[in-house]
Amino acid sequence: MADKPIKGEKRFFVTGNEVVAWAALAADVDIMYGYPITPQNEIMHYWTRLAPKYGRKFLQTEDEISAGFTTCGGVFSGARAFTATAGPGNTLMQEPMSMAEMMRIPAVFVITQRGGPSTATVIYSQQEVTLTCFGGNGEGMRIVYSPGSHQDLYDYTIKAFNTAWKYRFPTFVLGDGYQAKMRESVIMYDPEERGVQMEPTEKIVGKEGMPGVDREPAHLRNTYNTEEELNVVVNELVDAFWKAAPEIVEHQEFNCEDADIVIVAHGVVTRAAQAAVKELRDQGKKVGHFRPITLRPYPIEAMKKAIAQAKEIILVESAEGQLDKLVKAELYGSKVPITPYFRPGMGITSEEIVEFINKKG
Amino acid sequence: MALAPNMPKAWRAETKPHKFCPGCGHGLVLKAVGECIDELGIQDRIVFGCDIGCSLLSWDFFNTDAIQTHHGRTTPVLTGVKRARPDRICIAYMGDGGGYAIGSQHLVNAASRNEKVTVILVNNCNYGMTGGQMAPTTLPGMKTETSPYGRDVEATGNPTQGPEMVSAITPEGAYVARGTTANLRQLKKMIKKALETQLNGTGFSFVEALSACPTNWRTNAKDTWNFVEKEMTQYFKVGELKVPGEKEGK
Repeated sequence: MADKPIKGEKRFFVTGNEVVAWAALAADVDIMYGYPITPQNEIMHYWTRLAPKYGRKFLQTEDEISAGFTTCGGVFSGARAFTATAGPGNTLMQEPMSMAEMMRIPAVFVITQRGGPSTATVIYSQQEVTLTCFGGNGEGMRIVYSPGSHQDLYDYTIKAFNTAWKYRFPTFVLGDGYQAKMRESVIMYDPEERGVQMEPTEKIVGKEGMPGVDREPAHLRNTYNTEEELNVVVNELVDAFWKAAPEIVEHQEFNCEDADIVIVAHGVVTRAAQAAVKELRDQGKKVGHFRPITLRPYPIEAMKKAIAQAKEIILVESAEGQLDKLVKAELYGSKVPITPYFRPGMGITSEEIVEFINKKG
Repeated sequence: MALAPNMPKAWRAETKPHKFCPGCGHGLVLKAVGECIDELGIQDRIVFGCDIGCSLLSWDFFNTDAIQTHHGRTTPVLTGVKRARPDRICIAYMGDGGGYAIGSQHLVNAASRNEKVTVILVNNCNYGMTGGQMAPTTLPGMKTETSPYGRDVEATGNPTQGPEMVSAITPEGAYVARGTTANLRQLKKMIKKALETQLNGTGFSFVEALSACPTNWRTNAKDTWNFVEKEMTQYFKVGELKVPGEKEGK
């Protein structure tokens, strides 16, 4: 059996789905559970080709509900486990994701957003932001990374496993169909050689010793009998989440210091926004860009600083205001007006952003 | 607190008396499960999963690790455990609604894949926890909260024949049986064989247990037992349907 999947550093020119499979291998993932849906399929395709060579496992389940719950089962047993889905599959998977929130199950979910609502397109969108951050009958105690490049996909897929196991919240890599399917250059590396220690996993059930004799049995539940009992549990979840949040939040900003206009965008759209800032700066306009990398928890303190001097925010996303809703909730009380540029289910180019900003004068 | 001498060792004394209604069959099935765990000496290897519905009340029943899951989702959770840790002995414990309605796709596919887990399904002809609605196993003409004039098979179909279905889709090496709380000695043998099947790694193992729900049936002791022994067995034949190493149709 081959030892480490990646030694040293290597440059590749591959699709995002291939990047995710390699990143999961490099992160020492033990098992993937999955159900076919476009545009995430090739994560499974690469994983099933690579995994046996490195002693890793795969199970194809009967649907996304099962893929999510088997992933939870794998994690309970102490495995570093993940699944991947998109669109209607993400909808179905909300049930196990909700259980993962309640029971603090450090499962990792890779989402490759496709068009919505319903079956829609298999291509691309940013319409699964609300679902991924706040789906299920809970409080959104989830950690959501929004990668913008193949390098991000590699880095944050590895990081997702560490964040999940460190803080014990379900963790999401919220990509999209463009990132999943396009090829671009990426540097893959062995995390250890970069000084990234993989957060150790733990057997949540199946620890050593006789339960009831050598140790207490693990009796895990998500059902509670009284309002008071549940309230205590939810408060603990919420407290733990917000205590960890300052260590988790991540963002990037570009030329915000003196910007009159700050473009807010996430995921693959950050690239159009970054290019638009360059172009508009060349034209002499004071434009900057703020990119939340974590959508949940949201990097609100950094964003408040980035827009402190701004006269306007242009909110750009491939959805009808899902990031917008997040931002508005976080920015309540701010006087900076927000102008939307929404294109649900469609890609956005830098030229379009430049034109939009120039037209509005 | 000392347990009465006839209680299984694997039972957790601190959570007894159990939380099921008087006359409920769950305690009997769980007693059989406990005795099998004792006799096989596998208490430290068990991961016990329970569903939503009355079966969830077993979440702290044993001195074993246990996961109370979602309605219908016990089979995939335990499948996930078993796939990642094949040395664990995984028991998915559920009711008829969880196994045959909301979780039927999981039962069918786990059986088809011949997952090396043990599913124990308690059939009491109704949804007990939610107040006695019609279940896939409700008998023709039987009155429930959602079939108040009696189950009309023209409109709602016939009772689900679980073990027959599982037997039809599992390969040789699986174990499939239907027992009854009216014959505990036999039920226990079946559960033991199911667990042995998992220990031997030959295939999926499935035991349906006919059980009583006097609370929702609104029956006295005599009528309760009459229903389990006479009425239910007209539709649900007790016996082994598939045994590793034996010819089918035995």
